Amino acid sequence: MANEIRMVEAIQQALDEEMARDESVLVYGEDVGVSGGVFRATKELRESYPDRVYDTPLAESAILGLGVGLGATGYTPVTEIQFASFAYQGFHQLVQHATRLRSRTRGTLGVPMTVRTPYGGGIRALELHSESFEAGYAHVPGLKTVVPSNAADAKGLLTSAVRDPDPVMFLEPTSRYRASREAVPEGEHTVPLGEAEVVREGADVTVVAWGAMLAETLSAVGRGDADVDAEVIDLRTVSPMDSETVLDSVRKTGRCVVVHEAPRTAGLAAEIIARINDDALYYLEAPVERVTGYDVPFPLFAREDAYRPDAERIRRGIERALSA
Amino acid sequence: MTREQVAEFSIEYVQALDEEANLDEAVAPDLDDEQLLEFYRLMRLARRLDERAVALQRRGELGTYAPGVGQEAAQVGSATALAPEEWLVPSFREGAALLARGAPIHRLLWYSMGMEEGAEVDGANFPPSIPVGSQPLHATGIGWGKEIAGEEEAAMVYFGDGATSQGDVYEAMNVAGALDAHVVFLCQNNQWAISTPRASQTRAGTIAQKAVAAGIEGVQVDGNDPLGVHAVTRDALESARGGDPVLVEALTYRRSMHTTSDDPRVYRTEEEEAEWEARDPIARFERYLRAEGLLDDERIADIAEEVEGAIADEIDRAKEGQKRVVPAEMFDYVYAEPTSELRRQKAEFERETGGGETTTPEEGSSGDERAGGGEVSGRGE
Repeated sequence: MANEIRMVEAIQQALDEEMARDESVLVYGEDVGVSGGVFRATKELRESYPDRVYDTPLAESAILGLGVGLGATGYTPVTEIQFASFAYQGFHQLVQHATRLRSRTRGTLGVPMTVRTPYGGGIRALELHSESFEAGYAHVPGLKTVVPSNAADAKGLLTSAVRDPDPVMFLEPTSRYRASREAVPEGEHTVPLGEAEVVREGADVTVVAWGAMLAETLSAVGRGDADVDAEVIDLRTVSPMDSETVLDSVRKTGRCVVVHEAPRTAGLAAEIIARINDDALYYLEAPVERVTGYDVPFPLFAREDAYRPDAERIRRGIERALSA
Repeated sequence: MTREQVAEFSIEYVQALDEEANLDEAVAPDLDDEQLLEFYRLMRLARRLDERAVALQRRGELGTYAPGVGQEAAQVGSATALAPEEWLVPSFREGAALLARGAPIHRLLWYSMGMEEGAEVDGANFPPSIPVGSQPLHATGIGWGKEIAGEEEAAMVYFGDGATSQGDVYEAMNVAGALDAHVVFLCQNNQWAISTPRASQTRAGTIAQKAVAAGIEGVQVDGNDPLGVHAVTRDALESARGGDPVLVEALTYRRSMHTTSDDPRVYRTEEEEAEWEARDPIARFERYLRAEGLLDDERIADIAEEVEGAIADEIDRAKEGQKRVVPAEMFDYVYAEPTSELRRQKAEFERETGGGETTTPEEGSSGDERAGGGEVSGRGE
């Protein structure tokens, strides 16, 4: 059975079902209780689980730091950071404590915390509400970083994240929250962390994307010429990265384009290209192209469309890869 | 125009055993002779361990070490008020508190020998926090969990006067108050944050009053008085167990260096050090116990000998364990299940370094088995 629901509803469903399944799950953060979250991802959870859903004071470092203590002593914290760019105020708690408690205690303590946060542009939000910082999180050992691109994966990946014994950064593409209604399995639905998905098979070029860029990529290849047969890979978990799926595809197509909304320098495209160089260089028929945001602070919304890769820019990237 | 006072506060200072070792019966906690002698033994053990550890560091046998000389009463007095199953969240100078919790001496040494084995958790103790002031939130998280679970237990976190300049310390106290977290904030105000004196750290007259803004109780205690610290912490924990967090400021002095990398002669005077030497917590407590007839020269010599022997054995044990460090184990505990990339990197590491003995979390033995032998706890048994 599958329901046609939006991504934000799929997220709410995953939280609801995981709270029903596991009494150790606590949901807390700014405005997640009474109001159900500014995007309504925690809607009605407080009514169902009055003792396990909490509004906290406005303090991101506290939200993540509390999770370290809760997580190490038997709870499964699922926190919401209202907008990803405010997670920087708790970044040190992730880097200095949550992600290294397991290794520094040699496995005697761990932090099974999931940090949910909306990220990325496309909704004409305020300054510092649109950044894509996944590369920063991917650079932190001990952390897993997940970015769903569609409603079904959002439910399945979030379920897996909550069940994961280690800290997971769960980045929800804000522009996809209500973009469409999609079929989402009812009841138990998990998508393993660390596995990419080939969402469209093709023979001429591999396009790797995740999060909000997946829809732009599909739109780019969908209205391409009939002779462009692109294989599209949704990375889904950016760390740990499933490079095997990417490498297998590149070995088949010989060409690759990586798309991300984040700034170009030291972005994840660089890592993907490095892995291709390590293990599939001699299969390449052209240099790997990247289509990314620019190395500028995410602009206010009058220039947002100029910053974000769209179908047109992705299309040009594919053409460069094919023409080389 | 209306002007009226809408808030006022006062901070209480508590002392049970004064500088002349006179006891205030009204404040003193009810402890039997055995407990009093155990406090003394733990303080002596911590002091001697610090001396030996600094000497080992000077000989190149130990990495950077943070001695707690002068703070034994603040730590032993408070840590002994926490129930064994309640969580202690230390900073990085809580050797005496951890000894009072029964932490094995060789583990404390292993940490300073650069081995993660030293931060393995044994009982309800968090590992040391090297970042300053970020760990109070962890105790608040634990204590909030107790409130949610309806359990009458508390957590206690240690930090110094310098840490109170960090935003996280305020966040922790504020959030603890808002969420009824079962937590005691134990600030050891040792007067110095490396070379920055307490007066340059904050304009606040006391550290304890920082609780006022968070709406929780703050109290100051003579941190060189183990009995006063114990009494105040015991009361604070009782309050915390009911959902009312407390900030305890233990006024003390870091008589030694910040760490073995630091030279306090650069920034403070011999006069100041001499003044605090006269207020030494162990000397004061010893004087009291002699007056009570619980200690004499002979018993003191016996305790010193016992402490010396225990530390010597544990230093040997720590060095034995150090010989068995397996470098490839750095890959083993990053995640509950190693990722495929980590497995690849571990295999690459083993290839490049010639492999050698390796263990994985699944097939490996515990750190103690590797290090050989049973535990020797700080607690006298």
